[in-house]
Amino acid sequence: MENLDKPLTRNIRPDRGFATLADYENTGGYQGLRKAVTELQPKEVQQWVKDSGLRGRGGAGFGTGLKWSLVPMGDADSDNPHQIRYVIVNADEMEPGTFKDRLLMEKDPHQLIEGIIITAYAVQSHIAYIFLRGEYHLSARRLETALQEARAKGYLGEHILNSEFNLEIHLHTSAGRYICGEETALINALEGKRANPRAKPPHPVVSGLWGRPTVINNVETLCNVPHIINYGVQWYKELGLSAATGTKLFGASGRVKRPGLWELPMGTPIRDILEEHAGGMQDGYKLRGFLPGGASTDFLLPEHLDVAADFDAVAKVGSRLGTGTMIILDDKTCPVQMVLNLEEFFAQESCGWCTPCRDGLPWTVTLLRDIIKGRGRMEDLDTLAGLVRMMGPGNTFCALAPGAMEPLQSALKYFREDFERYIVGNKTLLEAG
Amino acid sequence: MATIEIDGKHYEAQDGQSLLAVCLSFGLNLPYFCWHPAMGSVGACRQCAVLQYQNPEDKRGRLVMACMTPVADAMRISIEAVPASQFRRENIELLMINHPHDCPVCEEGGECHLQDMTEMSGHTFRRYRGQKRTHANQYLGPFINHEMNRCIACYRCVRFYDDYAGGNDLQVFGMHNNVYFGRFEEGALENEFSGNLVEVCPTGVFTDRTFSAHYARKWDLQTAPSVCIHCGLGCNTAPGERYGQLRRIINRYNGEVNGYFLCDRGRFGYGFVNSPERIREPLLDGRSEITPQAAVNYLDNLCQTAKGVIGIGSPRASLEANFALRTLVGEENFFLGLNDIEHTLLSTIFNILRNCGIHTPSLREIEQADAVLIMGEDVTHTAPRLALSLRQSARNATFDLARSLKIAPWQDAAVRELKTQIKTPIFIASVCATRLDDIATDTFHGSPEDIARLGFAIAHRLDDQAPAPELMSDAENSLATAIAAELKQAKCPLIVSGTSCASIAVIQSAYNIAKALPSKDKQLTFTVPECNSLGLAIMGGGRLRQAFERINEGVADSVIVLENDLYRRAHSQTVDLFLQSAAHVVVMDSLRNKTAEQSELLLPTATFAESEGTLVNNEGRAQRYFPVYAVSEPVRGSWQWLTSAMEDSEWRHHDDLTAACAQAFPDLAAIAQVAPGAAYRFKGSKIPRQPERYSGRAAMFANINVREPAPPQDLETPFSFSMEGVTAQVPPALLPVIRAPGWNSNQAVNQFEEGVEGHLRGGDPGMRLIEASGNLAWFNDIPSAFKAEEGQWRIMPLPHIFGSEELSLHSAPIAERRPAPKILLNPLDAQALGVVNGDRLEISRSMETAIATLPVQIETTLPRGLLGVPAILPENQQINNPERVTLKKVAAEAENKPEIFL
Repeated sequence: MENLDKPLTRNIRPDRGFATLADYENTGGYQGLRKAVTELQPKEVQQWVKDSGLRGRGGAGFGTGLKWSLVPMGDADSDNPHQIRYVIVNADEMEPGTFKDRLLMEKDPHQLIEGIIITAYAVQSHIAYIFLRGEYHLSARRLETALQEARAKGYLGEHILNSEFNLEIHLHTSAGRYICGEETALINALEGKRANPRAKPPHPVVSGLWGRPTVINNVETLCNVPHIINYGVQWYKELGLSAATGTKLFGASGRVKRPGLWELPMGTPIRDILEEHAGGMQDGYKLRGFLPGGASTDFLLPEHLDVAADFDAVAKVGSRLGTGTMIILDDKTCPVQMVLNLEEFFAQESCGWCTPCRDGLPWTVTLLRDIIKGRGRMEDLDTLAGLVRMMGPGNTFCALAPGAMEPLQSALKYFREDFERYIVGNKTLLEAG
Repeated sequence: MATIEIDGKHYEAQDGQSLLAVCLSFGLNLPYFCWHPAMGSVGACRQCAVLQYQNPEDKRGRLVMACMTPVADAMRISIEAVPASQFRRENIELLMINHPHDCPVCEEGGECHLQDMTEMSGHTFRRYRGQKRTHANQYLGPFINHEMNRCIACYRCVRFYDDYAGGNDLQVFGMHNNVYFGRFEEGALENEFSGNLVEVCPTGVFTDRTFSAHYARKWDLQTAPSVCIHCGLGCNTAPGERYGQLRRIINRYNGEVNGYFLCDRGRFGYGFVNSPERIREPLLDGRSEITPQAAVNYLDNLCQTAKGVIGIGSPRASLEANFALRTLVGEENFFLGLNDIEHTLLSTIFNILRNCGIHTPSLREIEQADAVLIMGEDVTHTAPRLALSLRQSARNATFDLARSLKIAPWQDAAVRELKTQIKTPIFIASVCATRLDDIATDTFHGSPEDIARLGFAIAHRLDDQAPAPELMSDAENSLATAIAAELKQAKCPLIVSGTSCASIAVIQSAYNIAKALPSKDKQLTFTVPECNSLGLAIMGGGRLRQAFERINEGVADSVIVLENDLYRRAHSQTVDLFLQSAAHVVVMDSLRNKTAEQSELLLPTATFAESEGTLVNNEGRAQRYFPVYAVSEPVRGSWQWLTSAMEDSEWRHHDDLTAACAQAFPDLAAIAQVAPGAAYRFKGSKIPRQPERYSGRAAMFANINVREPAPPQDLETPFSFSMEGVTAQVPPALLPVIRAPGWNSNQAVNQFEEGVEGHLRGGDPGMRLIEASGNLAWFNDIPSAFKAEEGQWRIMPLPHIFGSEELSLHSAPIAERRPAPKILLNPLDAQALGVVNGDRLEISRSMETAIATLPVQIETTLPRGLLGVPAILPENQQINNPERVTLKKVAAEAENKPEIFL
């Protein structure tokens, strides 16, 4: 029981190797599963996870145990087709600036597999899918190997650990597209359809894959599950620094000294992450702002550095923890161009289903390009603000466009001068300065 | 019921309904694009945003999409609140970013839902300064134009074409603002309901290609309510005319019959009306034109002086025209003009419908069926619109599952996600594969005898009083057991059969099954081949064979043929002999055909678009059609020719004739109430066929005469050939065109319905003539199984939507879609004959005359010993069912094109 304060990454070695099944078992691997299937009822597993306070690590932060408890339970072995349930792992990590799930899958694949099996046990599902980002070739190889090892060892398949529980896990590598990370678009893609999101309600827990109850969780979320079962709820809750529980993979990219990824307690102050773990800004650069959790979160400023990195605290200052992987804006990079870069990505990745996203994002891009090329007009800033309002949460079919608007709306708020300088002076603030 | 508050006013609405549907049925102006009353909600376009308040104190509210929001009691919403109206305006602004400003040259202009909604939302000023994205267009066949630049990506086209109509060759490609709706490559759209894209598309991406050839704006078209004459279902249509030319057909909503949709034959088959083959003058001996009065005198004189005059009616002519002929020649001299088998089939069907006590459903009721058995029909080809309804009944099991999961039935995408789990039991017994097989739980392929035997076996399993066939195979027995079990469980089981496999036994077995079903809500429906087949069966009359005998035996010497090409009804030698034996042959028809060529007197008659009449569809629903425009002399309605030849006739007007017909036949008593008569006035005036914006009336004929001609008088119907008067609030049977203030497209229909997708306010048009009553005994005549005989094949004519129907084939776009002549053969039979796909076979009648040489197409679902022949050529009438023929392979070098011998 080494490294109990870093349960997710304790098997990850700096030498770039990965944890084998033996490595994983040596540090208590598959003990959570053994405990779950031999000592706990499915409902108890659900309750433990609920009590642990684990919240989804994909970005939205929805209570994991709560999600599971919404699955209609019944007799999974009956002939009634409605009782078939699925578990899907969202491993389609495509959020710009985010690379945390990749580490977990490449370096310690059994941890994810154990998490899936326990989750499937908790909701009594017998088929699970890993929906993996297509470009993650190494993850695919290592997961495939790990799945075979788990089957051979009786962790997976029929009568898992001599219990009555059966599970098969299928690895599906995505054909691509950012929108596949949206859980209902992911389901459509898995069914072989266009990756357009579905309307909610009904939520996937009621009608998901092939119209059946489906639990979808992020990779990192599921990696927490074996430890919660193995070491208990109380231990897990105490890992967090603030009211939030557990640990989280935090990352930083941009002009910091040591860009990277660290497992830290939930609620670690952002300043600690950036200054201590990422080593602070590179010489000659100053921190201008940062996106705290991937491309679809609002900019925060240096004044927010002492905010605790947990879902509620970051939300309180007007942004989102998201994936917890920060993108740093330094003082020599133009925020307008950074936003344009992001909006180009989002406009391209819109699935084309709903009007505001399909036609609003390209217009946003056109306006930003005009501004940068010196063709902008002051009223364009109002138009941009109008588009931000229009593509707000609830107005569009899914969260892609509202997410896309978050960096823009905060850039308009915090870096308005940069926009205006383009329009008035036809050059960047940086050049002017 | 729920009470909801919209902008301070209170309304009563059904709990759980879609808020958008409810708002529209209140007549509120709430714009939308992706929603469609028949296709439910998907929440894509975001156009129907309204503000919903959480409670009475809430002043801010939040935006919700009305289409995706279920109505709940005490709900408070605002359509007019600024955040909502601003959002809708800006949403249209986004839709218009790439939409071309080509309204003046766009065929949708004037009936464009996008125009209406843009006006309604108040988007007037363009802020976007960038370039528009453009697309390449595709050739989609002779029916539909494609102009993708106009697309606003509402997804209704693919939702109709793929989800609703079961097509698969129109898809959405690409993503973000580059989504493209088209085919994977250019080519004719394959689905038989593609024409509905014209009306489903809210703007001008998909427009009517046949209309393009002679385009006029909606407001420049004269329109009157009409009924489709291209099959026996009686779909309601709204044909449009300008300058004496029929320009197009669009759907006319009837909540009981066709709802929002037509088939492509009904929509694009109208070209025969404008055909150069039209008969325009009365002709004597095929040469000399005579005046109408001389023609009438001739007819009158013939009736007075001939040795005996017989009349041959027609299933494609109105009840009134048939009745007038029957009256003119006398009941005993009136013959129905059906081929012998069809006559027997229709009498059997009418007897069952009239006397069996089982409900015969409308298409709306068919969509409610929770188990279906189709006996011997490929309905897509015989009664196309019925196939579309059966596709909807296939969803009922999914709707039940959705309800149990608390998913509203209008949540279209969510309900469709469930379809992999559960299917409505639908069984199809047919000669070979049908176009509905994709929704079938199981299929059976066999000869008509074997289909009937399966039917009798099913009936016996449902009720052991029903006679059972002997010597069934194990496979047939277990299929019969499975089908019987599903039908027995159903609350609302439906049996579909009809005339197309020309078997009395199939029809009788269908009745036995229906009789044996325990459910009190069971339904039995039959397809019939022509628009007034059932009307003619109700009226009754002699057989064509008997008519031939009358002349050939010299009992009569003269014949009047009403709108009927006898060469489609009987062997050509027989008809030749008949027409040559008659001393005098009078033919009344609208198009030249082989029978008309042999007439002594040929009278030009009006088509459905230029005349009035009553038709009875397969449901037993009588419906009235009205002239869309005035036909110019000497063309007249058949009934007018016939009544004017009657001495001292009391029938001056069509209404008189309808009333007399109603009086003469108890089963037709209700036809006089089908629609108000010619005396009807709304607010003192007749109903205008021309919209109030009808342009150019004073000038449109100025090239002929500068004096504006007086509009033609219409003494026969409640309509005028003018634009004075109002059309709102007239009875549904008299509603010429759908329009409401601010709603110029056919989407205005929401405001004429009792709740969206409901009945028309004032009742759906038509009167049902037959209601379930009585009880018939079991049919006991079970045929023995079909046995393939060495070296002999039984010809099975296979109807086709494009080609089997007489009049639509005169429309070039329909003719273009007619499949190539071919014969279908079982693979083992093909092997025995040593032929592969594309090889040519000579078909001979009883080892003697070769009747046709056609290329082979191997069809795995066709049983051995049967020869499938698409019934697409009038000449194929010669290949008569159930004739046995022999086949001989034709050397490849000897022939290289299809050839028909007669």
